[in-house]
Amino acid sequence: MAHFAQEIFGRSDYAIIGEIVEPGSLVLDLGCGEGELLAWLRDNKNVRVRGVEISPAKVQKAIARGVSAYQSDIGDAISGYQDQAFDYVILSQTLQEIRAPLDVLKGMLRIGRRCIVAFPNFGHWRVRWSHMVSGRAPQTELFPHSWYNSPNIHFLTIEDFEMLAQKEGWKIEKRIFLSGQRAVKLRPNLLAEMAVYLFSK
Amino acid sequence: MTVHTQTARFDSMDLDCGVRLQPVEVAYETYGELNASRDNAILVLHAFSGDAHAAGISAETGQSGWWDAMIGPGKAFDTDRYFVICSNVLGGCRGTTGPGSIDPSTGQPFAMHFPVITIGDMVRLQKKLIDHLGIPRLLSVAGGSMGGMQALEWAAAFPDSVASAIPIASTARHSAQQIAFNEVGRQAIMADPDWQNGDYYGKARPARGLAVARMVGHITYMSDHSMREKFGRRLRDKDAFGFDFSVDFEVESYLRYRGSQFVDRFDANSYLYITKAMDYFDLTASRRSLAQVFEGINTRFLVLSFTSDWLYPSYQSQEIVNALRSRNCDVAYCELESHYGHDAFLLESTEQTETLRGFLKSTKI
Repeated sequence: MAHFAQEIFGRSDYAIIGEIVEPGSLVLDLGCGEGELLAWLRDNKNVRVRGVEISPAKVQKAIARGVSAYQSDIGDAISGYQDQAFDYVILSQTLQEIRAPLDVLKGMLRIGRRCIVAFPNFGHWRVRWSHMVSGRAPQTELFPHSWYNSPNIHFLTIEDFEMLAQKEGWKIEKRIFLSGQRAVKLRPNLLAEMAVYLFSK
Repeated sequence: MTVHTQTARFDSMDLDCGVRLQPVEVAYETYGELNASRDNAILVLHAFSGDAHAAGISAETGQSGWWDAMIGPGKAFDTDRYFVICSNVLGGCRGTTGPGSIDPSTGQPFAMHFPVITIGDMVRLQKKLIDHLGIPRLLSVAGGSMGGMQALEWAAAFPDSVASAIPIASTARHSAQQIAFNEVGRQAIMADPDWQNGDYYGKARPARGLAVARMVGHITYMSDHSMREKFGRRLRDKDAFGFDFSVDFEVESYLRYRGSQFVDRFDANSYLYITKAMDYFDLTASRRSLAQVFEGINTRFLVLSFTSDWLYPSYQSQEIVNALRSRNCDVAYCELESHYGHDAFLLESTEQTETLRGFLKSTKI
């Protein structure tokens, strides 16, 4: 596992995505924040990058970083692109926060040849444990929010995503599971905190 | 930084309306140094009432430039890195050929014999200037309001000559509301008895009409918020209403002052011609969609709008962005937070400076 991005941003999904994306490709990051991942991909992977972000303050920072980011809601952004406009469409740490995840995933597959999603696994044993012993909405290091101020509105697990992919007939090309910075090979739905999928139609 | 306005002269140019204008002069200024590879040039495009004097202190007038907050060493358009050019538009009254210039065929000012010009004509004259300066490709073209229209026209007409375009608080086509405000301004001028069908040079100028036109303009450049903050209902030099029609309110005083000040530096006929050019502006006029206009161009775009700008609302910028996106063009867009209305693009803000600087730095020629 590469640790470059981890050192810079403290986010292991960035490192993984950096490993997956092939040089020379055109990449769209949905929910690109301040463009950290895209700037890194551009500088280190020779990738052409575009970003979408709803927060004007973050878009402004991304542009200041030299990333072509554009201020929009993710759903509106997707509908404005032509079919297969991108080599990769990335949705990192956002799937659990959007209102219509299936529409977004289908839209990503329409505009991108391949898609990358990274999401926190609500099936992790600590989440299950927290819920079981407290009898309340789970709160862990990975999900530190109270139910009333959490940005997370869907509580999906690795198993949930696998089942959806199967139902929709998506081709999963790569699956990477992480606990902290360690790769998880066995029983990921119980032991992984984070999942990264590379998939296509 | 003291700067001199220079003039370039061309034998002739053909206009959209079919008329050949000959000769044509264009007033311009430059800031910073053109590098040896001639690839660090940025053309800055002025808005309706601007001129070639964008930055520094004018040797002729002693005044600072209209975008001095943004152009200079270490500023958004960093003159330590870039060679910045600004010219007065065709039809203007600040050194470039316009209705107040002498018509060589009569020896008199053109007045209303001046041909109706377009944003496209303005840009073709700028292209002549850039060729004259020996610049093969501009790193960027940038401007707000009517300057943004010119930036868009540059990208559409000469895509291979511009690596990037920065239209700020602008539109790809003038809307009914924008045309309406311009028409009020024109009617105010033409209703002034001193206008004399435009034939007022050397006589009394239509100062009242032009001042009223400018007052309307100023209202559209501000926002409800900025006017409340700046004037509120405060009275001007009095504690009670005068119960007459002299100045009661601060805002009245401000508008009158702005109007009378404008009359000293602007020609009423230029007002008519330039607003008409803005009203004619429509990148989709040839029945192509905006997306088709941008098809296959490699120019990079930064589009900016401001939350409180109701004269050039954000939806017009978004229309540009969506057309570019649908053709996979490289476009960055942000709606910047501001209370200052349309005027916001002229004011220095950390956000705007950071954004422009980052975009320019990451633009490869």
